Amino acid sequence: MSNLVASAAGRVADRGPHIPPRTSPVDQIYVEERAAALGKRSIKKATKVAGLKLAVRMMDLTTLEGKDTPGKVRSLCAKALRPLEHDASVGPVGAVCVYPNMVPVAVDCLRGSGVHVASVATAFPSGLSPLPIKLDDVRRAVGFGADEIDMVIDRGAMLSGEYAKVYDEIVQTKEACGQAHLKVILETGELGSYDVVRHASDIAMAAGADFIKTSTGKVTPAATPPVTLVMLEAIRDHYYATGKRIGMKPAGGIRTAKQALHYLVLVKETLGDAWLTPELFRFGASTLLNDVLMQLEKERTQAYQGADYFSKE
Amino acid sequence: MTMQKTPRTKAQITPRPDAARPAGPALEFGDAWTYAPAPEARDHVKLKSRYDLFVDGRWQPAKKYFPTISPSTEEKLAEVAEASPEDVDRAVSAARRAYERVWSKMKPGERGKYIYRIARRIQEKSRELAVVESLDGGKPIKESRDVDVPISAAHFFYYAGWADKLAYAFPGAGARPLGVAGQVIPWNFPLLMAAWKIAPALACGNTVVLKPAETTPLTALLLAQICEEIDLPPGVVNIVTGAGATGSALVSHPGVDKVAFTGSTAVGKRIQQALAGTSKRLTLELGGKAANIVFADAALDQAVEGIISGIFFNQGHVCCAGSRLLVEESVHDLVVKKLRDRMMTLRVGDPLDKNTDVGAINSRMQLDKIKELVAAGEREGAERFSTPCALPQKGFWFSPTIFTGVTLSHRIAREESFGPVLSILTFRTPEEAIEKANNTFYGLSAGIWTDKGAKLFWLASRLKAGVVWGNTYNKFDPTSPFGGYKESGFGREGGRAGLAPYLEIDG
Amino acid sequence: MSAKKKAADAAIVPVNGASAPARARVQKAYKNYVGGAFVRSESGRYFQVKDVAGDEPGLVENIALSSRKDGRDAVKAAHAAGAGWAGKTAYNRGQILYRLGEVMEARRAELASEIERGLGLARQEARDEVATSVDRVISFAGWADKYQSLLASSNPVAGPHFNFSVPEPMGVVAIVAPRRPSLLGLVSAILPVIVSGNTCVVLASEDDPRTAVTFCECLATSDLPGGVVNVLTGKVKEVAPHLARHMEVLALDLWLDDAELLKELETLAVATVKRVKKHAVAGIDFGDERLAGLASLTPFLETKTFWHPMGM
Repeated sequence: MSNLVASAAGRVADRGPHIPPRTSPVDQIYVEERAAALGKRSIKKATKVAGLKLAVRMMDLTTLEGKDTPGKVRSLCAKALRPLEHDASVGPVGAVCVYPNMVPVAVDCLRGSGVHVASVATAFPSGLSPLPIKLDDVRRAVGFGADEIDMVIDRGAMLSGEYAKVYDEIVQTKEACGQAHLKVILETGELGSYDVVRHASDIAMAAGADFIKTSTGKVTPAATPPVTLVMLEAIRDHYYATGKRIGMKPAGGIRTAKQALHYLVLVKETLGDAWLTPELFRFGASTLLNDVLMQLEKERTQAYQGADYFSKE
Repeated sequence: MTMQKTPRTKAQITPRPDAARPAGPALEFGDAWTYAPAPEARDHVKLKSRYDLFVDGRWQPAKKYFPTISPSTEEKLAEVAEASPEDVDRAVSAARRAYERVWSKMKPGERGKYIYRIARRIQEKSRELAVVESLDGGKPIKESRDVDVPISAAHFFYYAGWADKLAYAFPGAGARPLGVAGQVIPWNFPLLMAAWKIAPALACGNTVVLKPAETTPLTALLLAQICEEIDLPPGVVNIVTGAGATGSALVSHPGVDKVAFTGSTAVGKRIQQALAGTSKRLTLELGGKAANIVFADAALDQAVEGIISGIFFNQGHVCCAGSRLLVEESVHDLVVKKLRDRMMTLRVGDPLDKNTDVGAINSRMQLDKIKELVAAGEREGAERFSTPCALPQKGFWFSPTIFTGVTLSHRIAREESFGPVLSILTFRTPEEAIEKANNTFYGLSAGIWTDKGAKLFWLASRLKAGVVWGNTYNKFDPTSPFGGYKESGFGREGGRAGLAPYLEIDG
Repeated sequence: MSAKKKAADAAIVPVNGASAPARARVQKAYKNYVGGAFVRSESGRYFQVKDVAGDEPGLVENIALSSRKDGRDAVKAAHAAGAGWAGKTAYNRGQILYRLGEVMEARRAELASEIERGLGLARQEARDEVATSVDRVISFAGWADKYQSLLASSNPVAGPHFNFSVPEPMGVVAIVAPRRPSLLGLVSAILPVIVSGNTCVVLASEDDPRTAVTFCECLATSDLPGGVVNVLTGKVKEVAPHLARHMEVLALDLWLDDAELLKELETLAVATVKRVKKHAVAGIDFGDERLAGLASLTPFLETKTFWHPMGM
C-alpha cells in the first residue's frame, strides 16, 4: 500500500502530508458485479441463525426523527437490551443511536448493560454549520454520556476539492470526542461516484476515524452493497499499510434479514474473521431488527412469521 | 467504553500455512462464520442409465458403450454410446438428406422458429441442464446456472433471429449454406460449445452432426432430447458420442462440407492436416496463453477480481483464461498480496454446492497434465502458492495455485495448463508489457487493467489477440465475436462474424 | 514474318559480314524485389525466359532462380515492414496505393510490352490487361479506409459493457501468384493482401516473371515502403514449401490449380495453424470486378473484439 500511495499522482494540492491523495480508482461495473456475486451466497440453517444473531449484536438500533420522545427512546432501549423476550441468546444490540438531546435518556436506560450509546452530532445530517458549533455539538453529546459519535463530513467541501477542510474537521471532531469512538459518515449518496467515496474513506481514516459509515439515512441512496464493498476495500488497504483496523457501518436502507446477511458476506470475504465482530462492524438501522427477529423465529419454529407478532418499538 | 480495538485471539495466533507469505499485516479467513453446505437439489434430474446415438431424429443403438462419470465423486452417471465410423456415416447421411430435402428448402423464417424453440426449451429446463452440467463436468453450479446455460439459450435465441436476415448480413453476396457441418466440441463448456456450434450452423441453413467430448456427453444428449421434443425435422441435428476415433471419423467423412472444432491446438492441427487438399471449410478455436496486464494506475481491487475470474473461472479450463499475469513492477507486491488474500476466500469443493467457487478438475487425465506442468514450474524455480484448502478424498481436485518469479522462458509461462494455475511476471513499461504479452504462439485473448483510456486503446490495438478485455475479463455474449489469432485458430463464433464460417459468400 | 519483325530487321545493317543493330539495346537485369531493393538470388542461380512476341522474339533473358534462403530473406523483410505499414493511417495507405496506380499508368506501355513478349498476347490485349490492372489498383486503393466500416461491428452485449469488433491485418502473407494473367493476376493477388496493412512475399508467375519485376519497379517508385511487397521469381514448387512452413508467415494465398502442390502446402501450413486461401485459377474471369470485392480482403483479416465496462 505504501508504494501505491507514494506512486499515485499527487494531483491534489493538499495542504499537509497526511491528507491522502486520490489513489486507487474504483471500477463501478466490476465492484457492483462483485457485490452482487456475494449476494448470491446461499446462507442457510445454522449459518443463517449464527449470522442473524451476529447481525443483532452488530446493530446500532436507531431513531433519528424530529418526533422522537423520551418514551420512544426508552422503549427502543428496552428492545435493544432484550430483542426477543423468550430468547436471551439473541442480542443485546451493539448500540442505540439517537440525537444528542435523547442521549441522557438512552444512557439512563442502558447503564451497565454494555450496550453503547451513540449520538449523531456535527449538525447532522447536512453538516452545514460553522465548525465551532459542530464541535460544541460533539462535546455536548459526549458530555451527556454518548460513547460513540457519528459525525457527518462536509460533502460540499469534498466535492469542491477542499480536502484539507474535510480532513481538518475530522481531526478536530476526533479531538472533541475524547474517549468516545468516532464514526465518520461520508453520505455516499451525495458523493456522486465510487472514486469519491474511496477518496473520502481514505481521508476519514487518515484523519482518525474509528469507523467509516455510509449514510445518514436521510438521503437516497443510502447504504448499498457495492458502496460498502468500496469502503471495505479502503479499510483493507489502510490495514495493509498501517496495521490499524478501522470499523465499517453501512446505514440506511437495510431493512431485511437477507440484506443483513449479504453485508456479513461482504465483510467475511473482504476483510475476514477479524471484522466479524460488533467492535468492527455495525449496521445502522431502524426497521431491520424486526425482520431479523422474524427470520430467527422462522428458523426456530419452521413457521413463516407475521409482522404483528413483533413489537414495532 | 468497551469498544475493543484489539483483534480476537484467534486472528492473532493462526498462522498461514506457507512460509513465503508477503510481509505486513495479514487478514485471516478462518471459521468465525462458516457457510453450511448448500447443495443444489438433484432429485428432480432423471438421467437414463444408457444413452444411444441421436441420429435422424431417433435414438439408435451402438455396438459399444462407455461410462461417463462425475469427476467430483467418480460415480458413474450413465453409459453412453460409442459411435463407430459406420454410425458416423449414418449420421452424416441423415444430415445430408435433411439438408437436401428439408432444411435448405425451408423458408428461413421457419428455420428460425425451430431455433427459437430450442432456446425456449433450454430456458425451461435450465435448472436440470445446470445440474447435469455440473455433475458431468465438475464445474460449480453457480457457473453452470449463471453462465453456461443462460448463454447457451441466448446463443440459440440470437442466431434464430439471423435465419431470415442473412441477405442483410452480407449484402449482395448471395450468401447460401454449405451443407453438412461436422462439429467437434470440448469438455470445458459442453452445452455452451454445442450452442456456439449448432445455432449459427442451423440459422445459416446447414445441418449438423455434432460430437461432444467423451468426458462430458450428457448435456449434448439432453439437447438432443430437446431437438426431439420441439419436432426439429429428423436429421437436422445429429449427436454422435464417442472419443477421438469418432471425432476423427466425423471430420474425415467425405460427406461433410464444413468442419468446426473447438479444443486443443494439437488436435486442431491434426484436423487441419486431415483436411489438407480437400474442399472442406474449416474453423478452429484452439488453445491460448493469455496475458492479463495490470498497470499501477488500475482499479486494483477490481483488477484482482478480474485476475481471479480470469484464471479460476471454470477451474481454469478455459481456452481464453488469463493464465499469464503481467503486473507493473511497482505494484507487484501489493497485487500479489491482494491476490493471495482473495484466493483464501475461494471455496473449492462439491460442484453442486451453491457456494462453491472452484469445482472439480474435469478428468484424471487433465489433473495429471496440470500436476506435471506445476511440478515443472517448481523445478524451474518459480515460487508456488496454493490455497491450503481441504480437498475431497474422491474425485479429481487441484487447489488454486499461483507462481511468482516466473520468467518468459519457463514452461508455465508458455504452455497452456488448462487448470487453476496462474503464472505471474512483471513489466516496467507499456512497451515491455506488449512485447511480453505478444511473445507467444497463441493469440486468443488478453486483458488490460488501467484507468488511462489512451493507454488502454494503445495496448488494445497492439495486442495480437482475438478478444481483448479492458478492465474486465472472461465476458461472453452471443452478439460478440470470439476467436483467435495465430495458433489459437481461425474463424469467429458469435455476432455477425459468426455467420460467415457457415456460408458461401460471393464478392 | 510479322510486320513488327520486319521493322526490327530493317534496323539491322551488315558489319564485317555479320549483322548487328545500329544501336545495341541496353538490356535489363531482372532481379528479385526484396525489402525495397532489387537483388539477385543469393544462390547465384538463374533461369531463362524467351520473348515469344514483341520487338525481339527469341530474345533470351536471365531471371533470378530464387532459393529457400531468398524466401527467408523476403519473409524477414516483410516482417520488418509489418509494423510500419499496418501503423500508417488507412488514409495514408490509400494514398500510397493510389500513387502506385499513378506510376503504373505512366508505365502502361512498358508493362504491356512485358506481357506481350512474355506471354505472346496481342498488343491490344496486353494494353487492355494493363489498363484493367491499373484500374484494379485504383479500386483497391479506395478500400484502404472503407472496409473497416463494413466489417466492424458494435455488439449489443447483454450487460453494462461497450463491445465492438474491428478487422485487423494478420502480418506476413505468402502469395503464389497466378501464372496468368501475369499482371492482372498479380495485382489481384497482392492488393487485397496489403491494402489492410499486411505485408507479403510473392512468388511471381513462372510463365512471365519479367512483368512481375517491372511491376516491382512501379512499387519501388511509388511511395510504398520497402518490404511491404517482396517478389521472388523462380520455381514455385521449390520455394513455396519453405514459405508454407516458415513460422513467421501467418497466411497462404494460393492461386494454384496443382492439386498435389496445394495439398503439400496446406499440410505444411498446419505446423503453425496458418490461414490458407485457395483460388481455383482455371475458373476465374480476372476481368470480373468482384475480384476487387470486399470478400477478397477478408481472408487476410483477423477480427479483434474489445470489451470495456461502461460505468463511472
